[in-house]
Amino acid sequence: MSSSAIAIQFLNGLASASSLFLVAAGLSLIFGVTRIVNFAHGSLYMLGAYMAYSLVEYFGRTPLGFWGGVMIAGLAAGLIGAVLEIVLLRRLYQAPELLQLLATFALVLVIKDFALWVWGPEDLLGPRAPGFDQAVAIAGRAFPEFDLLLIAIGPVVLGLLWLLLTRTRWGTLVRAATEDREMAGALGVNQAWLFTGVFALGSLLAGIGGAINIPREPATLGMDLSIISDVFVVVVVGGMGSIPGAFLAALLISVIKAFCIGIGEVHAFGIDFSFSKLTLVVEFIVMAIVLVIRPWGLLGRPSAVARGPGTVEDPLRAPPRPLLAFGAAMLAILVLMPLLSDAYTLVLLGDILVFALFSVSLHFIIGPAGMHSFGHAAYFGLGAYGAALALKHLMPMEAALFAGPLAAALGALLFGWFCVRLSGVYLAMLTLAFAQITWSIVFQWDTFTGGSNGLVDVWPAAWLGSKTAYYYLTLALATAGILLLWRMLYAPFGYALRAGRDSPLRADAIGIDVRRTQWAGFVLAGLFAGLAGAVYAFSKGSISPEVVAIPRSVDGLVMVLLGGIQTLTGPVAGAAVFTWLQDTIARNTDFWRATLGMIILVLVLAFPRGVTGMLRRRFMREPA
Amino acid sequence: MLSVRRLNAAYGRAQILFDLGLEASKGEVVVLLGRNGAGKSTTLKTIMGLVRPLSGEVAMEGRMLTSMKPYQIARLGLGYVPEERRIFTDLNVMENLEVGRQPRREGAPHWTPERLFELFPNLGRMQDRLGGRMSGGEQQMLTIARTLMGNPAAILLDEPSEGLAPVIVEQMAATIRSLKREGLTVLLSEQNLHFAHVVADRAYIIEKGQIRYTGTMAELESNAAVREQYLSV
Ligand SMILES: Nc1ncnc2c1ncn2[C@@H]1O[C@H](COP(=O)(O)OP(=O)(O)OP(=O)(O)O)[C@@H](O)[C@H]1O
Ligand SMILES: [Mg+2]
Repeated sequence: MSSSAIAIQFLNGLASASSLFLVAAGLSLIFGVTRIVNFAHGSLYMLGAYMAYSLVEYFGRTPLGFWGGVMIAGLAAGLIGAVLEIVLLRRLYQAPELLQLLATFALVLVIKDFALWVWGPEDLLGPRAPGFDQAVAIAGRAFPEFDLLLIAIGPVVLGLLWLLLTRTRWGTLVRAATEDREMAGALGVNQAWLFTGVFALGSLLAGIGGAINIPREPATLGMDLSIISDVFVVVVVGGMGSIPGAFLAALLISVIKAFCIGIGEVHAFGIDFSFSKLTLVVEFIVMAIVLVIRPWGLLGRPSAVARGPGTVEDPLRAPPRPLLAFGAAMLAILVLMPLLSDAYTLVLLGDILVFALFSVSLHFIIGPAGMHSFGHAAYFGLGAYGAALALKHLMPMEAALFAGPLAAALGALLFGWFCVRLSGVYLAMLTLAFAQITWSIVFQWDTFTGGSNGLVDVWPAAWLGSKTAYYYLTLALATAGILLLWRMLYAPFGYALRAGRDSPLRADAIGIDVRRTQWAGFVLAGLFAGLAGAVYAFSKGSISPEVVAIPRSVDGLVMVLLGGIQTLTGPVAGAAVFTWLQDTIARNTDFWRATLGMIILVLVLAFPRGVTGMLRRRFMREPA
Repeated sequence: MLSVRRLNAAYGRAQILFDLGLEASKGEVVVLLGRNGAGKSTTLKTIMGLVRPLSGEVAMEGRMLTSMKPYQIARLGLGYVPEERRIFTDLNVMENLEVGRQPRREGAPHWTPERLFELFPNLGRMQDRLGGRMSGGEQQMLTIARTLMGNPAAILLDEPSEGLAPVIVEQMAATIRSLKREGLTVLLSEQNLHFAHVVADRAYIIEKGQIRYTGTMAELESNAAVREQYLSV
């Protein structure tokens, strides 16, 4: 690249950093004080963009109309954040971390459908900002004035936040509560209003972040999840709760991305390599590197990890006799199902079985191993693609069915090595990063994985071709996988896993190699998620990158949490309820996401221990 | 002023306090003595609303505190100084004091940073020092000063002499006596009997979550059997 091209790419990076920083600073503030990892933060960013678009259209494309629209959109987002905090999140501060996550994810679903309902499915690109719609010459090239303005906004907001946090009483209280909110309460600080205030401020920043971007990027229904994974990365790279860290990380990542686009195709050593394709993953690579070198982020501090809310898990009990009998009866019914039901139900049951295995494998590492994975779809997807590719290039279907899980286990072996070095939110983010990397490789490698179109003609062997035969195969493999995973929890390996979760130091002291045990657990979970993926691929006959995408990981989390993390059977029940609900709702309404989100919210508020936890309490007379 | 009746409290399923009762009248310094793990900190935390009691009553000047949140209790004029000090390490001395600040209260001494620096001259010399960069003794002074910024009528002090050098313990005793002169009611927990004798008017002895003995410091002084049974290690 020429030096002028370098300068321009650098400025491009700085311009995109601003909006990213605003959103990330909001998330960081909210996390710092409330300890809630707020998935819905991206939704407020999206609402900010949509509202700004409509407001500017309404006010007219004048400078006042534009900036007024942006400001009002930001304020409205702040107000919505405050309302969400008061109505919903306030009830969840005492709930387990993962349940809070589930609730905020349900909000994502609801808000997405709300946006669909109000603004429709088309992308909406805002007008150029009046007064800043020209280009200026920089290093002999045209550079948009508006981008220069954006470059200035980031540092200005950083400065304002710094003043707010260090020069006002409110800011001092926020910093105190970030460190020790209980002590702040004992000194007379009303946490409730502080938390609402922080939520409002954080949401306002997200809203403005979305609003100022409308001249550059259209408002779309997918921007909520794409920004949330970006800002998670920024916040984790910068250090949870550190605003300057978020600024630094936003700059770093945006500039690197801009350069990847600028460099484009490179021919070296006889290979074509596309840097612009790297933009989808480069931030995750940066994050993986930073987390391995500095597990608490660039400017974060180790204490942020240690002070996480420590919830004590109930001990895992051996399944009681009535439950075993119930399980046997269920199995018998499942075996008889092909005689009793139509083809549609059979396919749905097959899906339920696949996802039951998937969620049991996820529960295996989240529950007993205590490793919160946000990226379990990676192993489902590796299993699915592994099987499909093995079938296409190497082997018959019967063998490919097992090549898939093996591919997934290999992936888990590699990713797990990094993951077991972290814990808490950082671990969750790293698993998300690996899933995202897997996704973008699958998504972009057109010649091998079929890119965005995926792979077709992935059918089972002839003797398994009928719906009934494939159903039995699914039933056999899923049941075997689930029982094996459960059996392992009561073997010495399972005890070692739980010992490592509950007290790593003591487990170490009695001779358990905690990391190695966790690593093995990670690989096992990956293996069985891969089996679920392989079975899934052949049941559909085709696969697309969706099997590796973020929503798939989240589905798994929802199933596990819906069922209740403390129970073994929970993930199975959760998978059944979730898959069935999704199918039923999707057939009956256009707004299935919102309906599902509402149902999840009601369930979370009504049964903070999951559905099976509630049943168990009710029918087995266990104390709360 | 401060009265606790039939208080029961637990962590999860483990009950720690059993029908515990105590009183402190206005301007009195009352000490709660007991061995490690006897339940002293739990008693103070429960009074402050940091631990929800299973049953029982806590009242201050006739107002029931039992179902209130800690911040409401603090705003009613009850200050709490935790055993672990819990200074905000990212905040400097002035900012730590700011977090504790509450409006002026009728019938309770009014504190400003300047007045507190007279009481704790060391703090006055390090107003910009970060909490995390202070010695244990300095942190102990700061945690008390921070609580006083709420202008409390009564304060709970959890083992104020713990882990301090003898000189600092002397200063601490002097501080508590001057708080008493200001008219503050003080309920403190202690294991250091000597320190208790210097500062307190009256003592309760707690063991396994129950009050086993109560009397004036002079009475305790003359009762070697009780001291032997509950306090010697
Ligand atoms: N957070 C907690 N969870 C469970 N048990 C606790 C907790 N805090 C204290 N305990 C238990 O409650 C009992 C009383 O503890 P407490 O801290 O009140 O004692 P203490 O008299 O203050 O002791 P010390 O002099 O060591 O500070 C102890 O057996 C302790 O193990
Ligand atoms: Mg104690």
